Amino acid sequence: MKNSSTTATPHPLEDLVRMDRIPHIWCSGCGTGSVFTSCLTAIKQSGIPYNQFAMVSGIGCSGRGAGYINIDSFHTTHGRAIPFATGIKMARPDLKVIVFSGDGDLCAIGGNHLIHAARRNMDIIVICVNNLTYGMTGGQVAATTPFKAKSSTTTLGNPDTPFNLPLLAYAAGATYVARWTMLHARDLTDAVQTAIARKGFSFIEVLSPCPVNFGRRNREKSLDTLRKYHENTIVKNGAHPSELDVDFNKGVILGTFVNVDRPTCDEVYRKMYWPAEEPKEQRKTG
Amino acid sequence: MKYWRVPLDTGEIQVTRGRVHIIEERCKGCGYCIEYCPREVLQFSRKFNKKGYHPPEVKEEECLNCHYCELLCPEFAIFSIAAEKAES
Amino acid sequence: MKSHVLTGEHFINGDEACAEGAIAAGCKFFGGYPITPATEVAEQISIRLPQVGGTFIQMEDEIAAMTSILGAAWTGVKSMTATSGPGFSLMMETVGLAVVTETPCVVVNVQRAGPSTGLPTQGAQADMMQARWGSHGDYEIIALAPSSPQEMFDLTITAFNLSETYRTPVFIMSDEIVGHMSEKVIIPEARKIKTVSRPRPTGRKDRFLPYKPGPNGVAPMPAIGDGYNVHVTGLTHDEKGYPVMSVETQKEMMARLLGKIRNNLDDIILTEEHRLEDADIVVVSYGVSARTAYTAVEEARQMGIKMGLLRLITVWPFPEEKIRSLAKRVKGFITVEINMGQICREVQRFAGLTPTYLAGHPGGAIIPPEDVLKIAKEALA
Repeated sequence: MKNSSTTATPHPLEDLVRMDRIPHIWCSGCGTGSVFTSCLTAIKQSGIPYNQFAMVSGIGCSGRGAGYINIDSFHTTHGRAIPFATGIKMARPDLKVIVFSGDGDLCAIGGNHLIHAARRNMDIIVICVNNLTYGMTGGQVAATTPFKAKSSTTTLGNPDTPFNLPLLAYAAGATYVARWTMLHARDLTDAVQTAIARKGFSFIEVLSPCPVNFGRRNREKSLDTLRKYHENTIVKNGAHPSELDVDFNKGVILGTFVNVDRPTCDEVYRKMYWPAEEPKEQRKTG
Repeated sequence: MKYWRVPLDTGEIQVTRGRVHIIEERCKGCGYCIEYCPREVLQFSRKFNKKGYHPPEVKEEECLNCHYCELLCPEFAIFSIAAEKAES
Repeated sequence: MKSHVLTGEHFINGDEACAEGAIAAGCKFFGGYPITPATEVAEQISIRLPQVGGTFIQMEDEIAAMTSILGAAWTGVKSMTATSGPGFSLMMETVGLAVVTETPCVVVNVQRAGPSTGLPTQGAQADMMQARWGSHGDYEIIALAPSSPQEMFDLTITAFNLSETYRTPVFIMSDEIVGHMSEKVIIPEARKIKTVSRPRPTGRKDRFLPYKPGPNGVAPMPAIGDGYNVHVTGLTHDEKGYPVMSVETQKEMMARLLGKIRNNLDDIILTEEHRLEDADIVVVSYGVSARTAYTAVEEARQMGIKMGLLRLITVWPFPEEKIRSLAKRVKGFITVEINMGQICREVQRFAGLTPTYLAGHPGGAIIPPEDVLKIAKEALA
């Protein structure tokens, strides 16, 4: 089948994608679609029925993720995906709730919710697509934009220091913290799968190119960004979160940094506040 | 693929083969699959799709069905399926 | 199963009565954040919810509290939050999300005097226009105003029933005075309390349109996990729930959102009339101020002034037809409210040439009936 032309066979993820909404809005070279594919692949491979999942997004490019997954999915207001997911989780603890959103949404306008969900060990999975900018609004400086990088609102360079997101999540109490790039698609898929299988607050940062609004101003085509992901990253599982600043000159550390067990918010709540449930179990066994 | 030294059991080892499927109209021409295929089996085609991008095409039938293009493609536009065992 | 409704006579304050009303209505989720003078609602319901298999969570701010109740609502449960002015302001963006996604929920605002931090421990009724227009964009909303702890109980149930019927956020616009006032509250037997739950869809899951309205203009609402794979978005969306960035879709969606309230006014609008039959002058009031107004009517009658009371139980949607028809036969309207003229403006809009007056107050205290009588005397002079 040399020079293969278009195929009639459906893509293996089509049962999980709202095909009537494809093509999606993400630009050519945008990495969000890749992160999304890894996420869907992990959901599919988990073997858990799709109606046991809910996806929640905020606002922004990656915030559109919820609009493309063919499960119960919620596209909320800017920054509020995590409290929306918290409401779902606390009302229906059996559900797997995935927050798929961007760095601006989750860590700037929604930063307060991020740290508090981590503190509570809310049993949700947060996939943070970090493209270092506000892509949808045209490339303004973000809380993740590297020092001195150019943006439409810092035309001479960003005067501020960006967040080290894994450190933030770790310090706030996240029980699973990982960072990959969209190019590390297998590791990313595994990380999402691990997060789905475990209980507790999982924070996965995924570096992803924005060639149109970040790359253009910083002389970086999408394949240049991917080359940096390939050549200037170091996989170091268990690295201390304090060494995880995103600086491609010294090398960006990827891997799983935190994976510990701690009772989740819903578990503790039910144990403490629904005592009626406990003795019932004890009566049966005793 | 060329080897500078051929393993003794090369004839016995079963190598998985894949067939690449491309949904050309979905492609936005980012080139990720072409650049990062470990076997370099893809290249840009000369034709345009409806959106005006050059979708990839298969240049070498060396696909090992690793699914990396499938995982990396942001557009659900490429995937591979295990090929029937080759006749020869 | 043992009923969790506290049937009987109680001496409790309005905030506690509100929490009991929520329990009686079947509320199973409360996302809260402390704020004077609404905190007691959260305190009471945090004790009560676990007893009925519900969940209380204190969130990190009012934005999160409001957002969490929407998430919970989509799991199929009845949910609510309670706050006061500053928190109400923070919730406003999410109120818009609740409106556009047609998510039922109840928001209690125990009003205090503002602007800003204002008088946290003293009552006002100055968030009435914010309740109507506080979130951006055009929309219709339902707001109820309880005048007593008993009504804090009763109207909380009504609020849940309306929110479930019309898939819309419903506000309970209380105030510090009613919230902190202790009175006798009678809680009926559980079986005598009418509760409504949102209609759930049936039929083919693959062809389900989550925003295709039913006979009363409201679509049945699936819960997460029902298998309908709904997409819910704050973007302008079609009946399928998919975002469509077109004027036509915006028109259709708006017609749906406005229509389900505007076409059901008879069901939604609740008012109470007192001595209106022969009234020359009508006092329009709601919430705690209606108590002032009631006394003013009684005193006016003793003085020979034919005064009557129109008490708004539903403030939004505004009973404009009621005002229009009264305007044809009365000599004037006096609106009694603890603000500098919010609902008074609405009365003015529909009173035509009939004079309207305000018995207002900048906040922090109730309005003495003498103020109302003074205005009435001047008006009739």
